[in-house]
Amino acid sequence: MGGPRILAYLFLALGSISMLVPFVWMLATSLMTPEQMFSLPPRLLPSPLAPENYSRAMQTVPLGRFFLNSLLVACLTTAGQMVTASMAAYAFARLRFPFKDGLFFLFLATMMIPPQVNVVPLFMLMSKLGWIDSYAALVVPGLFGAFGIFLLRQWFLGFPEELEQAATLDGCNIWQIYWKIALPTALPALATLGIFTFIATWNSFLWPLIVTNSEHMRTLPVGLAAFKGSFRETTDWGQLMAAGVISVLPALAVFLLGQKYFIRGLMAGSVKS
Amino acid sequence: MLLPSLLGVGIFTLIPVLASFGLSFAQWNLLSPPKWVGLANYAALMSEPLFWKVLGNTFVYAFSVVLFEVPIALALAIALNQQGWVVKIFRTVFFLPVVTSMIAIALVWNWIYDPQYGLLNAALGAIGIKPIAWLFTTDWALPALIVMGIWKNVGYSMVIFLAGLQNIPDELYEAASLDGANPWQQFLNVTLPMVSPTLFFVTTMSTITAFQIFDSVYMMTQGGPENSTNVAVYWLYQNAFEFFQVGRASAMAYVLFAIILTLTLIQWSLRKKWVALES
Repeated sequence: MGGPRILAYLFLALGSISMLVPFVWMLATSLMTPEQMFSLPPRLLPSPLAPENYSRAMQTVPLGRFFLNSLLVACLTTAGQMVTASMAAYAFARLRFPFKDGLFFLFLATMMIPPQVNVVPLFMLMSKLGWIDSYAALVVPGLFGAFGIFLLRQWFLGFPEELEQAATLDGCNIWQIYWKIALPTALPALATLGIFTFIATWNSFLWPLIVTNSEHMRTLPVGLAAFKGSFRETTDWGQLMAAGVISVLPALAVFLLGQKYFIRGLMAGSVKS
Repeated sequence: MLLPSLLGVGIFTLIPVLASFGLSFAQWNLLSPPKWVGLANYAALMSEPLFWKVLGNTFVYAFSVVLFEVPIALALAIALNQQGWVVKIFRTVFFLPVVTSMIAIALVWNWIYDPQYGLLNAALGAIGIKPIAWLFTTDWALPALIVMGIWKNVGYSMVIFLAGLQNIPDELYEAASLDGANPWQQFLNVTLPMVSPTLFFVTTMSTITAFQIFDSVYMMTQGGPENSTNVAVYWLYQNAFEFFQVGRASAMAYVLFAIILTLTLIQWSLRKKWVALES
């Protein structure tokens, strides 16, 4: 109690203000008229509100389309990762097959490869397949990953096998056990993987930047970057910030709803490696 | 059951990483067929002053971010290592930038750094500092990106530290305070040694993340002014997709890979030692 505690709260309060100011200013600017935006000294809060920035931004660029693209890509990638990772994880946790340890180590090792190293050959693979500027290029390479396998395998290993053995005696095959028994028990771990994948895909930039050309295929971050680039000197920050707010809200909403699972996933990554 | 992941990771991760390695020994402009040139790409990199500048910028960026981010994150975690809803709200607030896209963050920070109408110069003006043209000067553009990088990632390191701190048994602190240790001595003699494996993990992870910086550079400076913010991944992107120098881009990719791999391997081997020491 006393001195150190007050100092700690002061530090935290100052820190969280500096965390929040950029968010607040983004929201505030998105509601400002150009006169308010370009006033000196800069104003922190808009009055009167100028919500027309949102409708104007929608007219300048196909924000709705960007939004749907991002949503589609993030949802498909998330669903796909949950399926492929849980299957592989279950195999690693319960099945016996040759080279099991070696293969698992190989998967683990791929987590060390920074994605930027693969960007050029992957781009060439996409153009060989004729996938450039398509949803296939945006989604398919993201459907697989070692992180989810690692996370879910850990979960399956920590779960007692009795129920599954009983099901085997009742004549269930491995797929039925995986689908009816193992997956339902793994829901918390699946939620962690799902939230992780959704947020990462929603925010990803380099890959969608490289594999999309036409405006109607852009995801929100790529569309936002092009939107800003198109303004150059006389930037209409109100419209830009409105687009920014729209792009930020879904990821924040998913995080706030699933915070517990998200943090748990971070821990899994840090404790086990 | 394993097949989809095996094929997927094989086709979209393992084959590309090998192809990238092969391409780093080839000359290719994406149009005519690739030509084997041996180590020429690497040799060309070594003799190119811009490569060293880009590498230098990347190191300065990564180490500056980590140097500030890690102690701030540890301090935050210590202050937040208690129960209660106030603390929970603080934790969430510090974590918000981590889950926000770098593109949106770069957008608003671009506006904060605006020389004329930006919030930062206005705030500094209030304490008598003259306006600085942050992103438009060779001296300040990289530090501006560094500050933003710290702001974005500090919440991640904080959460990992919190997990580490919660593993420290209360008895250690009780024993220390019975011995008459003040808070600072408790920090030095209990917290720091107990949290050191986490500290090491956070440091390497943040360094690896920082080495991969791209989005903010693309969005805010395009590597400028005068390449003062050109960094490894941005230069790789330019070489591959703007200058169509695939070989040079792949060589750059492998230099980056080598750096990150070294960091990861150090992390893995030392981590094992530490865990063994604990148990």
